[in-house]
Amino acid sequence: MVTASGPDPVTAAREIAAAVPDPELPMVTVADLGILRDVSTDGDRVVVTITPTYSGCPALAEIARDLRHRLTQAGFGEVVVRTALAPPWSSDWITAEGRGKLRQAGIAPPGAAARPPGPVPLTLTATRRAPVACPRCGSASTTRTAAFGATACKALYRCESCREPFEHVKEI
Amino acid sequence: MTEDEFAAYQSLSEETEDHRWAFGTGFTDPLEGIDPSLPDGTDAGALAAYCLMLGDDALVYSHRLQQWMTRLPELEEETALANIALDLLGQARLLLSRAAQAEGRGRDEDQLAFFRDEHEFRNVRLAERSDGDFAELAGRLLVFSAWRLALFGRLASSADPVLAAIAAKGARELAYHRDYAAQWVIRLGDGTPLSHGKMQAALGALWPLVDELFQPDPVTAALPGVAADPADLRAEVDTVLDVVLEAATLDRPDGAPMARVAGKAGRDGVHTEAFGYLLAELQSVARAHPDATW
Repeated sequence: MVTASGPDPVTAAREIAAAVPDPELPMVTVADLGILRDVSTDGDRVVVTITPTYSGCPALAEIARDLRHRLTQAGFGEVVVRTALAPPWSSDWITAEGRGKLRQAGIAPPGAAARPPGPVPLTLTATRRAPVACPRCGSASTTRTAAFGATACKALYRCESCREPFEHVKEI
Repeated sequence: MTEDEFAAYQSLSEETEDHRWAFGTGFTDPLEGIDPSLPDGTDAGALAAYCLMLGDDALVYSHRLQQWMTRLPELEEETALANIALDLLGQARLLLSRAAQAEGRGRDEDQLAFFRDEHEFRNVRLAERSDGDFAELAGRLLVFSAWRLALFGRLASSADPVLAAIAAKGARELAYHRDYAAQWVIRLGDGTPLSHGKMQAALGALWPLVDELFQPDPVTAALPGVAADPADLRAEVDTVLDVVLEAATLDRPDGAPMARVAGKAGRDGVHTEAFGYLLAELQSVARAHPDATW
């Protein structure tokens, strides 16, 4: 077991923090999602900085609790979890590995986020959205069935080729 | 379930005394760890009042959207409106927490949300309106999110770094809300004669409350560089609404603005009759059981 008194506590702390799964997307970690922003240590004190995906995302408090729990168990005496709001989280921060894990779990990863949101709606019709490939069969022939899903970060789609419904992490 | 997944779920059911409050789960200060200091030369009282205004808009409108739950025509729209309400509630929590920091009176977001009276709320009256039908919901969401997006777009460069961060984050959410609402307004407006008529009537019903969104207020005037002048937002909002209304084959209503009461409106704490009922529903449990936990 790695401990705070080991040779390189900051590396140990980073590894532990990076391995914390997202409570709503447990197939990916907070590092995969780009939620984990910084880990620093000072003796047996560790400071972890995380950022919310959406303003109201209830997972953040649970992630903070999980971080405190795991780092305390690993021997850190004091665990401080901080929130960073700026710069705002973007789905572009999801790592290539994270995208692979999402796809494997049947969730279509996000494409590139459009930036910044202009004064005129750019996405008023479905045809203007970039196609979302089916995570099961890879077909680009998919239809969005709902703009929102079971969590703040997802929308619902259906594949017109293999007919399977699937979730898609929204571009933000 | 893997060990990692188990740990995540275990933490959800962990029982501790400090963060299981009756009105949510895992409530901690949403600004935890963020530098609370105010920018030099900023009027702290005005900043508190300003964050309260914007926080109240989100809190009150979020509650109105929550009242639609179980009443929407389809499960997909139920999910959509619940998510939009959640985003706005998140924005409200951040803004009320910033207001609490700036006022420095030891109150927190919950005290501001649940223990203020009607005349102390500073939301615009559009936020408290009760939607008569789904067309009114879509129209009001379009106007509200287009206006708030224009506002947050400017506040993203506010001299208050916390307000700027909240706005930059919220703007991305609002852009999605606006597009969702726009699609419904277009679908209904450019739909059947019946849906077109209902959508046009809905716009006419809520239009008297639109003018208030762009009216100057003394709090904003006291915060140069920090707040955004509401009058400056009108052109941008009009552009968006014109694009949507044209695609929806709808006419822009030209009804007179709703009267102010002795010159006062939502930003002054003067609200419509509907607001008292909304607030009673929002606050009654917290007030009846102020120390409740679950």
